[in-house]
Amino acid sequence: MTDALAMRRQGPPLDAAVYLVVCLVGAFLMTVGAAMSKDPLFQFEAEIFIVGFLAGAAMLLMGIMGGAFRPEPEKYMDGVIRAGVIATLFWGVVGMLVGVVIAAQLAFPRIMYLPDFGPLNFGRLRPLHTSGVIFAFGGNALIATSFYVVQRTCRARLFGGVTPWFVFWGYQLFIVSAALGYLAGITRSQEYAEPEWMTTLWLVVIWVAYLLVFLGTIWKRKEPHIYVANWFYLAFIVTIAILVLVNNMELPVGLLNHRSYPVWAGVESAMVQWWYGHNAVGFFLTAGFLAMMYYFVPKRAERPIYSYRLSIVHFWALIFIYIWAGPHHLHYTALPQWTQTLGMTFSIMLWMPSWGGMINGLMTLSGAWDKLRTDPVVRMLVVSLAFYGMATFEGPVMSIRTVNALSHYTDWTIGHVHSGALGWVGFVTFGSVYCMVPWLWKKERLYSNSLVEWHFWIATTGILLYITSMWVNGIMEGLMWREYTPQGFLAYSFAETVSARHVGNVVRLVGGLMYLSGVFIMVYNCWRTVRMPSVERAPTLAMLPAAAAIAAE
Amino acid sequence: MAERDEDETSGVETTGHEWDGIREFDTPLPRWWLIIFYASIAFAVIYWVLMPAWPLITTNTPGLLHYSERASVMREVAAMRAKRQAEGAQLQRATLEQIEKDPQMQAYAFAVGQSIFGDNCAVCHGQGGLGGKGYPNLREGVWLWGGSLEQIQQTITYGIRSGDPNAHNSQMPAFGRDGILQPSQIDDLTEYVVSLSHRPADAAAVARAAPLFQSNCAVCHGAGGTGNQLVGAPNLADGGRQWLYGSDRASIHDQIWNGHGGVMPAWGRRFDANTIKALAVYIHANAGGQAS
Repeated sequence: MTDALAMRRQGPPLDAAVYLVVCLVGAFLMTVGAAMSKDPLFQFEAEIFIVGFLAGAAMLLMGIMGGAFRPEPEKYMDGVIRAGVIATLFWGVVGMLVGVVIAAQLAFPRIMYLPDFGPLNFGRLRPLHTSGVIFAFGGNALIATSFYVVQRTCRARLFGGVTPWFVFWGYQLFIVSAALGYLAGITRSQEYAEPEWMTTLWLVVIWVAYLLVFLGTIWKRKEPHIYVANWFYLAFIVTIAILVLVNNMELPVGLLNHRSYPVWAGVESAMVQWWYGHNAVGFFLTAGFLAMMYYFVPKRAERPIYSYRLSIVHFWALIFIYIWAGPHHLHYTALPQWTQTLGMTFSIMLWMPSWGGMINGLMTLSGAWDKLRTDPVVRMLVVSLAFYGMATFEGPVMSIRTVNALSHYTDWTIGHVHSGALGWVGFVTFGSVYCMVPWLWKKERLYSNSLVEWHFWIATTGILLYITSMWVNGIMEGLMWREYTPQGFLAYSFAETVSARHVGNVVRLVGGLMYLSGVFIMVYNCWRTVRMPSVERAPTLAMLPAAAAIAAE
Repeated sequence: MAERDEDETSGVETTGHEWDGIREFDTPLPRWWLIIFYASIAFAVIYWVLMPAWPLITTNTPGLLHYSERASVMREVAAMRAKRQAEGAQLQRATLEQIEKDPQMQAYAFAVGQSIFGDNCAVCHGQGGLGGKGYPNLREGVWLWGGSLEQIQQTITYGIRSGDPNAHNSQMPAFGRDGILQPSQIDDLTEYVVSLSHRPADAAAVARAAPLFQSNCAVCHGAGGTGNQLVGAPNLADGGRQWLYGSDRASIHDQIWNGHGGVMPAWGRRFDANTIKALAVYIHANAGGQAS
């Protein structure tokens, strides 16, 4: 056994060589495609991929020559997670900065108003913000933490040799090609599903590789049971794959054309889109981040999970019920009423399954409530659960048709999304990153706890400003839209409802700026932490604590 | 099954599972949680029984209440139409002048006009009708196509260069772009137009341009440049405060060179005659419109 390992250690890293060939072939095919295509936007996308593939090939070549891909089966694979943490912070800053810019434009439309320069128009920046924070910031956080958590809770090195690196860099290439594509005007015009077929196809390749890495690691685990966090990660990975495949059933105009047309049409297309859209919230932003919560909350609080039973029940209830809730995005539209009924009732039934995760997280702190006061990272995680609970209560309320009649198309929806996005997704990610940075870079602690305090309070205040201003705006807008004069005519023109939102838009901008400032504080704190001297106390930190356990098997 | 273990802090038994130091209690489901969960399921089931809910092969379960959202919307729309028709019937019979003079009809026309103006006209003419470059100000009593009630009604109904056969259709030539006049002639004409409003201008250029103006511009704008509402030609001798494309030298030069002319839709294709009547009265009253 050890001989075989030793031999493998000497031999050429086969998987790296395979990826090298894939990159070179990809770059070649893309070059041919760009040369043959008459579609400038296709050529633009192809050029992004050429650069990406060549950069990948260069990295692989340097890695192979420098001996970086020697398998080290006795160690956790942490390099890719460190890269993931950096990418999370980087895309967080980019995505939230774009968010602040477009919030400023909504408050003061003359800001960066460049009517003759398409790439920076609001309509292109807006998907850059949403995809930037959801898929780039959130996606990197999910991939990085899933790689961290699955190794620790399975006591196994990531499966697949170089493949985790392929997943990481391939995902960055997906992000860049989607983002630059938006700016160039490439879009499918479906919310959260904007990337065109080439970019989506590449995502599918990455996602399959990701699934294999994750499943492979679980497969070779040295723990008898699969930890609950891994159920949630797996549900997230599998369901996102299905959602993307179904919502992107489309035919390209040509193999050398960037444009495609979906096979779904009319109200069916809308239904599939919001089945996708809502479950992107459910499985990307809820299940995935619950997985994060299930590891980092008990780990940081050093307390057992509150209830194994609750985790089973709410897991299955959540994934069974979530998948039905999409039609609540299409209340009072051409969607048949029975479909709306199902969407609404399943959303209401979703309330308690969602809250199961909150209860399990919050109650895990029993016996360690003092940490709320002493450890700002724990407080961040706990507040993320509070916002999670609030957003998952607000969601079912808004899905009720009569409530939706008021809230739909208003800023209330924007506020709801952001209480989940800033409060839950953002804070649980920040908490997890604050945990992981010292662990991954082998530091005793964070550079500064008081900077975490600052981050916490500035960001929390920012969120509250954001969501309260959007509540006020949304309810006001909804009421203005439905106001009739005694003669039976609309009391307000649309433009009047837009100008009435101005104050709320300014408050929202302030809230967003505060939240972004918090992220800058965090980046600085993490950077200073990484620069601190490492503790040599734990060369074993990245080692599989295997010897005893394997012997026990 | 792993052997059960005990948590030292609370003395409560855990499941015995452990991952990377994380253990689990096996607390029973919170009772309130379970009760609300069951209640939400019960609510859903009752709602399904009452309302259209589950798909069948060619139709769906109608629900005991037989409620149809589409039918309900249709009823509401019909009721609103009936209400508007009753109140609008008077408008239909009355002339524009009668509507404007009768306080009750006038109030109704203002209500309709304000609502319709805000969502349709304000897009170009601005909230409050103050206009902008290329979009006429409706508040200043300066009318290209006439400001009487009937003329306003006509303009709203058929539009300007809208493609409608009854639309106002004049088009100022692009004297520079189409090579009708020499660049130097356009420079001179610019001075001439400036001088029409008694603003200081280059006298030599004005003298050179006088015959040019008479042969090229006077046919629409009149010999004295005072304009002609029949062809939508603006008054060039009024100081230029409300000129659509500006009254500084560069704007005048640009207008002579390119002959800009905007498009207004034929709203008669979207609104019924009553609505347009109301709109005409509203605009006339708020705009300092002219007597017929």
